[in-house]
Amino acid sequence: MSIDKDKIKHISKLARISIDSKKSNSLAKDLTSIFKFIEQLNELNTDKVEPLSSILNTPLRSREDQINDGKIRNKILENSPKKNEEFFVVPKVIE
Amino acid sequence: MSKDKFDYFIKGEKNNYEVIIGLEVHAQVSSNSKLFSGSATKFGAEPNSQVSLIDSAFPGMLPVINKECINQAIRTGLGLNAKINNNSVFDRKNYFYADLPQGYQISQYKNPIVGEGKVLLDMPYGSKEIGIERLHLEQDAGKSIHDMDPSNTYVDLNRSGIALMEIVSKPDLRSPEEVNAYIKKLRTIMRYLGTCDGNMQEGSLRADVNVSVRQVGDKNFGTRCEIKNVNSIKFMQMAIEYEANRQVELLDEGKKIEQETRLFDTKKNETRSMRSKEDAHDYRYFPDPDLLPLKIEQKLIDDLKKTLPELPDNKKERFMKDYGLNSYEANVLVSEKEISNYYEEVAKLSDKKLAATWMMGDLFAMLNDKGLNISKSPITAKNFAELVQSIKSGEISGRIAKEVFELMVESGDNAKKIIESKGMKQQSDPKELEKIINEILTKNKDKVDQYKSGKEKLFGFFVGQVMKQSGGKANPQLTNDILKKLLKG
Repeated sequence: MSIDKDKIKHISKLARISIDSKKSNSLAKDLTSIFKFIEQLNELNTDKVEPLSSILNTPLRSREDQINDGKIRNKILENSPKKNEEFFVVPKVIE
Repeated sequence: MSKDKFDYFIKGEKNNYEVIIGLEVHAQVSSNSKLFSGSATKFGAEPNSQVSLIDSAFPGMLPVINKECINQAIRTGLGLNAKINNNSVFDRKNYFYADLPQGYQISQYKNPIVGEGKVLLDMPYGSKEIGIERLHLEQDAGKSIHDMDPSNTYVDLNRSGIALMEIVSKPDLRSPEEVNAYIKKLRTIMRYLGTCDGNMQEGSLRADVNVSVRQVGDKNFGTRCEIKNVNSIKFMQMAIEYEANRQVELLDEGKKIEQETRLFDTKKNETRSMRSKEDAHDYRYFPDPDLLPLKIEQKLIDDLKKTLPELPDNKKERFMKDYGLNSYEANVLVSEKEISNYYEEVAKLSDKKLAATWMMGDLFAMLNDKGLNISKSPITAKNFAELVQSIKSGEISGRIAKEVFELMVESGDNAKKIIESKGMKQQSDPKELEKIINEILTKNKDKVDQYKSGKEKLFGFFVGQVMKQSGGKANPQLTNDILKKLLKG
């Protein structure tokens, strides 16, 4: 797969990362070579192999349905750039 | 099935269109704590008071799954006659929004916990099966509040991380009425199971509605639009109606439908494009590296299956068989677990059919009037059964029973006490009645003659007089019989 400037623009928009057009050229080049490297894996036939989502063979850790967290509003809001006594405050987002 | 009578078509200028609807229902899992954290899930708490460092996505926090949420999803899957997958995977669904602190929602993409199932709908034109595509577990997002400040949005993360079940239907629904029946059925099943409270006002049950249209007879689906986050059945129906008509108009003008996400504006009763969601379908799903695959032992599924309550479809069948109810009555009486429990208690102590009639008539009207749930009914099931029995035995007439019913609601007393203290017992002694009737006939000799010479309408007058004389207590059937006999003689 080759990554072009438009793709870089699209991905950076989705990720909310601003990238200037000078940098996007070199990024496109880098990413394309990374993808080329990864694509070597396509030489292997994996038709009969189940997709692997984890290499660990331990079961998913779980917990009982108990309330033992929360009630820490001040702590939660402390690092917010903008807040009031009760809420996070963000620029108006409305449809 | 009578086709032209029940099918929902939209007439365009040129063609007739059929509407294809699929629903993604988001049902909040009933649990004490959240899907991946120990914060509470209670509705209406102080803003941001039920938020942990996990729910607010502080760096380095790790999600740990709540066992009960897994069990609830399995129970729901079983209730939908669905396949439970022994292996499923949690994925990250990436998008950017102020009320999603992680920048992604933990959801299930390719391997959901529950696979294909089905739900049966009772429509006026017969029963209809709606396919379930899948059910998966995911996190809810926080809540944005736009109307508390003119230039800012406030974010409350109490809902962030609460477990949701997304139940995806196949595109099997064909009209707003079927959508109504489908949502109600899902809600009933989940309330029976105790897996979701189904409270639409509190947002425990909401849906994304996929709508497309196609010319009648066409086998291929048209391009669909998704209407996001509709939170009442009425709004779903209005949104579908608007959206289907909009699409038909476009097609009739020879225009194309754009696949897009739309919003239903409840004030204007229209759907409109959500431009901000243009990139919304580029979610870049990948398995969440913080969570291992979810393996479910068959034993857990079997154990949960054993503890499931009797479900509405089975209960309906039993009500029809054991209590002699018709399909309509059985449907209404199994629609809520509490209603069916009340009915069974009444039916055990009184006439089963009459109990159904009186419950669905006067009792429901009164509860509706007072805005009460049946569990808060001012008349207990035992007292209601007693009233039904008094009617059945002929102790009181149906008309008097209505009065007794009102008095029971007002006073909380039982039927027997009211009937006795107010002397409301039906006059069913033939001799006593004959005496009253004879008196009336003697007093109204002129009318008797008129009746005998052919003015039969006067029969009603005589009945009225008997009722007046007896204070409404004369047994109507007996009164009719005796009157007829005496007027003949």
